[in-house]
Amino acid sequence: MNAVKTTGWILLVALVGIQFVPTERNKSDVVPKTDFMVVNEVPKNIENIIKTSCYDCHSNNTDYPWYNRVQPVAWFLEGHIENGKEELNFNEWDTYSGRKKKSKLRSIISQIKDDEMPLASYTLIHRDAKLSDTEKKTVLDWVSKLKDSL
Amino acid sequence: MKKVRVSTGILAMAVIALGATSCKDTKKEGSSADGVQSEHMDDNGHMGDGMEDHSQMDQDNINQGGMAMMSSEVVADYLTLKNALVSDDKDGAATAGEKLEGSLKDFDTSKFSDEQQAELTDIIEDATEHAEHIAKSDIGHQREHFDILSKDVIDLLAITGSERTLYQAYCPMYNNNKGAQWLSATEEIKNPYYGSKMMTCGSVQKQIN
Ligand code: HEC
Repeated sequence: MNAVKTTGWILLVALVGIQFVPTERNKSDVVPKTDFMVVNEVPKNIENIIKTSCYDCHSNNTDYPWYNRVQPVAWFLEGHIENGKEELNFNEWDTYSGRKKKSKLRSIISQIKDDEMPLASYTLIHRDAKLSDTEKKTVLDWVSKLKDSL
Repeated sequence: MKKVRVSTGILAMAVIALGATSCKDTKKEGSSADGVQSEHMDDNGHMGDGMEDHSQMDQDNINQGGMAMMSSEVVADYLTLKNALVSDDKDGAATAGEKLEGSLKDFDTSKFSDEQQAELTDIIEDATEHAEHIAKSDIGHQREHFDILSKDVIDLLAITGSERTLYQAYCPMYNNNKGAQWLSATEEIKNPYYGSKMMTCGSVQKQIN
């Protein structure tokens, strides 16, 4: 009984403790001229879907509601943001070569189609980021058109 | 959409203009490394004006004996990767992808004209990303990346030429009937996108020398 109690206390202290571990915030107020939404004529509904479901990890500006600030969620997010931005940063869209744009659009299509993006571990907490079948189709149709026009 | 096209156009013009000016600088300075480049420019006469069409580019490639050699490592790794995908061998493809990443990194673009360098840099950047992904994905994704990678390598060879004879094949079914190309060292069709599921889908489109 005592051992259980002690372990409980240690866990609690650890959980509180890690809240003070600083994580880097992915925050930026400026929307650069190279942003996907600036350089493309994106319909409002598509813009909303992509911003809600993808921008947290694929742009320089993550939304931080309280649950994104709690550890270990913040850590988890920090790692994903780092990797996600490296693969695809919507804010830097227009710095990509034409070849890279096409390539990325193709990846975006296949990631959404195969339900690999947004990451399942993320939609678990961010329910609103999960794409419904109609949302998926709307985005896929539009992205395909954009890709063919490049 | 128009905006993108206009800005791409402006960018292209800027690149061409840059190419033209730096060529002039090269002639003035005439250091040994630059010497190679201006010599190469004289060979082809029209290098750096940015207006040559593709048939002229192909013509250049034939003259650029040394250039084709530079792509041989990339071609070799690409073919290893292609063969692994033909055999449905995910691990083999992953290893080949990793190797290809290395040979793309080692690819030296410095002997090419400024304009070609810009194009090659874009191609190599994109191809490297696909090679990276192939090194760590399941076979379905490997094949998706291989599709775009193949386009990159085909475009690369359009600039550098290839030392060995290659066949450019096309299967119209892959990717929801959008179709996909690949390169092979033999004329016989062995499909890397379907492997054993549909080994013979495709036909040779052209021969690359
Ligand atoms: C929780 C963070 C997160 C969210 C949200 C997210 N991604 Fe990602 N994404 C990542 C990470 C991490 C990677 C890199 C690792 C990987 O490939 O799994 C990535 C990789 C990618 C890639 C490159 C993969 C490849 O194989 O080429 C694409 C394309 C992509 N994401 C698109 C999207 C789109 C579109 C959305 C929204 C519908 C989205 N992502 C939402 C984290 C996220």
